Amino acid sequence: MQFDLRIAIGALFTVYGALLVLYGALGDKVQYARSLGLNVNLIWGVVLLVFGLCMLLVRGRKRKN
Amino acid sequence: MRISLGLIDYAVIVVYFVFVIGVGWALKRSMRASTDFLTSGRSLPAWITGLAFISANLGAQEVIGMGASGAKYGIMTSHFYWIGAIPAMVFLGLFMLPFYYGSRARSVPEYLKLRFDEKTRGFNAVSFAVMTIFSSGISMHALASLLKLLLGWQYDACIVISAGIVLVYILLGGLSSAIYNEVLQFCLIVAGFAPLTFLALKDVGGWSALQAKLIPVATGHGYAPGTWSQSWSHLGSAHDNPMGVEWFGLVMGLGFVLSFGYWCTDFLVVQRALAANSLSAARRTPLIAAVPKMLFPILLILPGMIAVALPGVTGHPFLPLAADGSPDYNMSIPALLARYFPAGLLGIGLTALIASFMSGMAGNVTAFNTVWTYDLYQSYFAPGKSDRHYLWMGHVATVGGVLLAIAAAYLAAAFNNIMDLLQLVFGFVNAPLFATFLLGMFWKRATGHGAFSGLLGGTVCAAVFQGLSLPVGATPGIKGGWITPEFVFRSEMGQNFYVAIAAWSACFVLTVLVSLATARNKTDAELQGLVYSLTPRLPPESGEPWYKRPVLVGVIVLAVTLVLNLLFR
Repeated sequence: MQFDLRIAIGALFTVYGALLVLYGALGDKVQYARSLGLNVNLIWGVVLLVFGLCMLLVRGRKRKN
Repeated sequence: MRISLGLIDYAVIVVYFVFVIGVGWALKRSMRASTDFLTSGRSLPAWITGLAFISANLGAQEVIGMGASGAKYGIMTSHFYWIGAIPAMVFLGLFMLPFYYGSRARSVPEYLKLRFDEKTRGFNAVSFAVMTIFSSGISMHALASLLKLLLGWQYDACIVISAGIVLVYILLGGLSSAIYNEVLQFCLIVAGFAPLTFLALKDVGGWSALQAKLIPVATGHGYAPGTWSQSWSHLGSAHDNPMGVEWFGLVMGLGFVLSFGYWCTDFLVVQRALAANSLSAARRTPLIAAVPKMLFPILLILPGMIAVALPGVTGHPFLPLAADGSPDYNMSIPALLARYFPAGLLGIGLTALIASFMSGMAGNVTAFNTVWTYDLYQSYFAPGKSDRHYLWMGHVATVGGVLLAIAAAYLAAAFNNIMDLLQLVFGFVNAPLFATFLLGMFWKRATGHGAFSGLLGGTVCAAVFQGLSLPVGATPGIKGGWITPEFVFRSEMGQNFYVAIAAWSACFVLTVLVSLATARNKTDAELQGLVYSLTPRLPPESGEPWYKRPVLVGVIVLAVTLVLNLLFR
């Protein structure tokens, strides 16, 4: 089977997204003063997670066809 | 300035290291022939080679340097992308790749051998191989010094770990591994820097507020109020802008000679296009790359501009001071990372910085091992060996290249001025290159002797012109004027642009004259596929979807770039 880069990109960003979302939801909130009061870990984590899952999904659908 | 990392940041960095090596590991089994290892067996789709094309050029020095220039010169820095890259990338895709790719040459020096002769190839191969080693050494040194300064990490450990990881993933999966990882690195660079631009821009109050805050910066330096936020309006004279150049030097020196010389002839980037799986994919490689390239000023230059505007918002100085007491512009992006990113996102930002370094270094190493194995080792030291032998040599060259780059990093750490001198000499060698390729591809009468004497003459001319010119206020020596400071320039950049113009013109004229005086050394039949007039026209593109038609995509890219220039003129 040929190596598919989309799996690697998808997996990496899913892991990063999950890490940031968890840390943003559970971690210390005081530090968000520096990021203008925005919980950027949570926000950007969701973006990265969605991007990662999309990459994996595109790959999954191609395989079925 | 010190940043302290949390556990989460280390986790993010370690996950990245695991992934890059994992990609190499996954490719290990497909490395059977030397061409698999060194040229990817011409098997990759255009979107992958396109993103790798942009990423291989986007080393850590580029990231740090563009932020620094954004602070120092404002939005004019975008000319390095809009004038200094996009037109040349489109030209490469539309006009030059049919010859590079169609000739089946495995490298740029090999094209010179097919088109001209052995000595022209040798000259280009040797200077290129030496240059790649030193540039990866210099960028490794830059990264290690930065990480030491920011995080307090040990210099030696940074060098060994960063070089070691690049070595492992290239040894495992060759050029494919480097290219796949460059795409991964591209995604990371965007993921790491996009939130930085967003937060910083939000903090200063958006684009129009930033423009207002940049007015005192410009007037404070003695320029017209809009100098930092308008890219074309202050190019009438070299006295009107902080770059110290005027429109002619910028367009001809940067936009034509230097830009085409780099993007159209440097094997580091051309190698990515040659790994594509068809001629059409190869031609689309630089065109796909041009799309993110024209938007990168938002990620890299805008933060630098915000870094100099921030004191106007907060009332406090923002950039740390360099040794000579002036603001350290190189710290623009790192200082913004430290200011806005909480733990977690900080890990992503730092990973982006490390990723940019690795993509640049891997680009140099994979270009080096190919040129060494095919253009130097196979041609001069051991011709006619089995492919197994050259595959083995490719591995040896990878290890050797990384070791030499490490040596160059320590050399850069110990002798700063040796590196300045070397970069100067590389500049002399590179400046005339595009004249040789242009004549080679579009004038069948150009001969081997003509090309070689043009390259040599152009290089000498660059050195002589540099010896006759000096940036204002500099002392004669490495900055120029070592013959006599006959021409004085507003800035070093302006001087560089004119040195390049002189070298290119000398190479062009000499190549034409010597070619006319010498007999042709290649017949029409030998030059088929290498020269425009002797190559069958490509079939028309109709029938393909629009995004698979190189000419159409090229025109769109140029049109959008023009609009960007007009918007931010």
